[in-house]
Amino acid sequence: MLIELKNIVKDYQLGMDTVHALRGVDLKIQKNEYVAIMGPSGSGKSTLMNLLGCLDTPSSGIYRLNGSNVSEMDDDHLAEIRNREIGFVFQNFNLLPRASSAHNVELPLIYNGTPAAKRKELAEKALKKVGLGDRMHHRPNELSGGQRQRVAVARALINNPSIILADEPTGNLDTRTGDEIMDLFEELHESGNTIILVTHEEYIAEHSDRIIRLRDGKIERDEAK
Amino acid sequence: MQVQESFYIALDVIRTHKMRSFLTLLGVIIGVTAIIGMQSLIEGFQKDMQEQMEQLGSNVFQVQRDPVMMGGGRHRDQEKKRKNITLDESDAISQYCTSVEQVGPEAWHFGITVKYKDKKTSPVMVLAGGQSAFFPNNGYFVEQGRAITDTDDQYNRNVAVIGMDIVDELFPFQNPLGEEINVDGRHYEVIGVIEKQGGRFGDSNDNRVVIPLNTFLKYYGNRERSLNITVSVKDPAMMEAAQEQVIGVLRAVRKVPPGEPNDFEIWTSDSLMERFNNMTRAVRIGAIVIVSFSLLVAGIGIMNILLVSIRERTREIGVRMAIGAKRRDILFQFLMEAVLLSEIGGIIGILAGVGIGQLVALISPVPAAIPVWTIVIGFFFCSLVGVIFGVYPAAKASRMDPIESLRYE
Ligand SMILES: Nc1ncnc2c1ncn2[C@@H]1O[C@H](COP(=O)(O)OP(=O)(O)OP(=O)(O)O)[C@@H](O)[C@H]1O
Ligand SMILES: [Mg+2]
Repeated sequence: MLIELKNIVKDYQLGMDTVHALRGVDLKIQKNEYVAIMGPSGSGKSTLMNLLGCLDTPSSGIYRLNGSNVSEMDDDHLAEIRNREIGFVFQNFNLLPRASSAHNVELPLIYNGTPAAKRKELAEKALKKVGLGDRMHHRPNELSGGQRQRVAVARALINNPSIILADEPTGNLDTRTGDEIMDLFEELHESGNTIILVTHEEYIAEHSDRIIRLRDGKIERDEAK
Repeated sequence: MQVQESFYIALDVIRTHKMRSFLTLLGVIIGVTAIIGMQSLIEGFQKDMQEQMEQLGSNVFQVQRDPVMMGGGRHRDQEKKRKNITLDESDAISQYCTSVEQVGPEAWHFGITVKYKDKKTSPVMVLAGGQSAFFPNNGYFVEQGRAITDTDDQYNRNVAVIGMDIVDELFPFQNPLGEEINVDGRHYEVIGVIEKQGGRFGDSNDNRVVIPLNTFLKYYGNRERSLNITVSVKDPAMMEAAQEQVIGVLRAVRKVPPGEPNDFEIWTSDSLMERFNNMTRAVRIGAIVIVSFSLLVAGIGIMNILLVSIRERTREIGVRMAIGAKRRDILFQFLMEAVLLSEIGGIIGILAGVGIGQLVALISPVPAAIPVWTIVIGFFFCSLVGVIFGVYPAAKASRMDPIESLRYE
């Protein structure tokens, strides 16, 4: 089992009020699954993704990733997990604006001490994989939205993570470029990656094998195709 | 994360915001420039003084009537009334002071013109009257011919030992020995040439014409003229004992009542150097205070700019954390930025300071040295300022919440 969530609760304290973002989520995801998470705004999708991505820890419940209990890890350990096991793709790309594509892509390798020559080689490979072999030295503002998102995907891939987490990866793209990104995910899935993505669009979710629907911090429906 | 990486990030940030970085650095630059420039000149001056003072070897001290350099102002009036130091006193020293080796009474006359046939030197030469001890005690080595002897002195001979400047001006292609030079209408036979001494800013030590002391006193009068006496001891360890003896003898001969201060001065190379160092100490302390303040101000500037930078790059911090940067990686990155920033300021300041020192040395007679230690310490303090004022912003950055940072607009 790659991911195992048991009764995950996430509360946010907003002054006197407590916001219950997740109210007891149980979830199991296998290796090489392609999962779409859907649900209305505010239903807890991003909160769930952040927990899965080890950017945050649950208020209660247990999260096992590859068998180890993430809910009990300290900051440094979580950073290592994020570096090794998780690849993030964000709606707004989140590339470093002043860095070239190649540098953006090699960034995760910098934080695990990969030597520069090796980093360069891997970054080049990853960029070729997403079809940007000829855009190595471009900066984000010299790329189209679709190309930026590809750079982000290449960055997510570079460390061979167990999971690729994409929170509305096509949200800032037009339909055609969105489809290109989805084709890319398809390829990654076929080559053995585990993909979890959040989307509001049914036709995007259609690309996946399994759709999980959240409502008010709970799983409302979980259906495989 | 590798040091190299954070170095490049920091460098890139500084390069991107050149103007902003420069303005932030101004405090560091000004402070460091000030201290390095000042120290260049002080050390240059000091080195020069030292060279000059080493003419009096470590086993020689000098007795003279008036204080050297700016002695304490309190006794000014009393000092003016001091009696001249005479040949008799010099003789008393050689007679009664057992620890001394050679006693060299001497007299000086500045700004003379030396003539030879139809040639004459510029009017900047110095006439000295001395005895045989004049040469060893002042560190003059006679390389051609011979020095003044006691016989020369005894018989008021018109002989002269000349410095290289005079040789260069009057005898460029000629052996000066045996030639007759003319000073103030009196003729002297050149009997020796002093080895080249080298100069000290603008002033030369090679412009000397040394004649027997008695000859000097005959022509230039001995009534109103106070002599200087150089005294050498056999062993530098006996310096103090010898000085005590000389003081005792002089007080007795000059009839200084017990309890009164000496009405003459004694100095050694060391004591002069010490005096000089005391004089420059105030300047140094002033410089350090100025620099401390400007580094403090600069440090606050660096802290401020770093806080701005962190605000601007909140998302970047979030991204870095999301892809695996640990908190200490972020801390280190911003600390590196602060240190690099202040070190760049330090380097610019050091270069500017050394440059200014050299420039002043070039266009004025003031010498300049490159103050290695001040540079090392200055650089160290710049780094320290970077660390001290970088810690708070860097720690703040490292404690940011990755999710919040990623969402930051
Ligand atoms: N840092 C926070 N502090 C307080 N409340 C929060 C915080 N983050 C999320 N929430 C709340 O938790 C709930 C779930 O938010 P979440 O961002 O997971 O929704 P979402 O399903 O991703 O919505 P959207 O589709 O609009 O992105 C919301 O009510 C939100 O206001
Ligand atoms: Mg969301």
